[in-house]
Amino acid sequence: MKEEILTTQDLHLYYGDKEALKGINLNFDEKGITALIGPSGCGKSTYLRTLNRMNDLIPNVTITGTIKFKGDDLYAPSADTVQIRKEIGMVFQQPNPFPFSIYDNVIYGLRIAGEKDKEKLDAVVEKSLRQAAVWDEVKDHLHESALALSGGQQQRVCIARVLAVSPEIILLDEPTSALDPVSSSQIEATLLNLRHDYTIIIVTHNLQQASRIADRTAFFMNGELIEVDQTKNIFMNPANKQTEDYISGRFG
Amino acid sequence: MRRLFDDELAELDADFTEMGMLVSETIEQAVSSFTNRDAVAAQQIIDHDHDINEREIALEKKTFEMIALYQPVTTDLREIVTILKAVSELERAGDHARNIAHATIKFGTKQKIPVLEQLLNQMGLMTTQMVKDVLAAYVDKNDHEARKLADVDRQLDQLNHQVRADSYAQMRSDPAFETGASIYLNVAQDLSRIGDYVTNVCEWIVYLKSGQIIELNTASQDGETA
Repeated sequence: MKEEILTTQDLHLYYGDKEALKGINLNFDEKGITALIGPSGCGKSTYLRTLNRMNDLIPNVTITGTIKFKGDDLYAPSADTVQIRKEIGMVFQQPNPFPFSIYDNVIYGLRIAGEKDKEKLDAVVEKSLRQAAVWDEVKDHLHESALALSGGQQQRVCIARVLAVSPEIILLDEPTSALDPVSSSQIEATLLNLRHDYTIIIVTHNLQQASRIADRTAFFMNGELIEVDQTKNIFMNPANKQTEDYISGRFG
Repeated sequence: MRRLFDDELAELDADFTEMGMLVSETIEQAVSSFTNRDAVAAQQIIDHDHDINEREIALEKKTFEMIALYQPVTTDLREIVTILKAVSELERAGDHARNIAHATIKFGTKQKIPVLEQLLNQMGLMTTQMVKDVLAAYVDKNDHEARKLADVDRQLDQLNHQVRADSYAQMRSDPAFETGASIYLNVAQDLSRIGDYVTNVCEWIVYLKSGQIIELNTASQDGETA
């Protein structure tokens, strides 16, 4: 029996007066990949960012409803955002390595947490880069700048940086839209390996990507969750006409 | 939003319906050639069998291209899969029309057996109508009608059994009837097989509408080998 690791209940989000999320109820079991799809402006990225409180940084945002991570309210006054973002990591659309070496990128989270044991740091770097499926490509260049890597390699180093702090959930916001098809498929292969150990939630505009890698797919439109189901059902026989029209490219 | 895919799908749909009409006409002509023992009409059917095969290949090629180029999902995918599967069923039904044409020529001027002649006329009319009905059900995307056609298939199977029993009876009563009776038997079998293929098309129409893959007439397969 799988446990629900993350639950959202009646989640509303307003940018000023504009209601961007209109009461989202969506839960996530431990492990596996859930893809969030929908036309631009449908609220999927906004929703993703509420899951590790990234919207806190945007002025004029109001959030109501409940998000619980392992039963604890993510938005409780006592919640520690640094801890939350360690447990619920995020990978962005543009690879955003820091202007340091690959090694220092990966251990960034641990270093700010005060970890100094070199042996331990070395082990984490290797393990994280292996998990992110980029170790073989970068192992001889660990102390060279991460900015010298290709876009696809940078993105996998960014995934390794998230993995290094041992998260439980990994959020990805269109992680391959800035990458070429080969790099994209490497990221997809990486995610397919990681889904056995992590709960992965990915926003993607690439419907084929969702159909290839996601166990579950959620379709958003106009700030509402229209339908969520096993990916196979969504792509073969969705329950909702709007889902069908979007998936079939009739709009969006 | 009108997609390029919709235009291509409409074209594919029209080509498929056209092939369906060709198969339907061929079956009708085969039945009438046998009823009238019209060897000339029968030979024409045999000579034109490749038309159906070529259309099948062209339609398959087109569906493969559309799958590769458009990567259709949901209803789009089901429409393409339905056509891909149904063209094979139609082509096989066409092969049985060709068999009937061969039977017509082989029968030649042998003495007709009235009781079998009447049964085969009945089967021929039912089969011809069934093929027309399945095309209408496809064009209308009417899964309800498609499901109903399975009943006709069951009736065809029963008639086929009766032809079998009567043919054997004739063979026993007079060995001179042996060749003729065996031809009746084969033609009834061909008509019954056409009914099976039409039923398979009906199953794909149900799939097109519902996404469910079902078996409409499980009895007919047993009947055939009985």
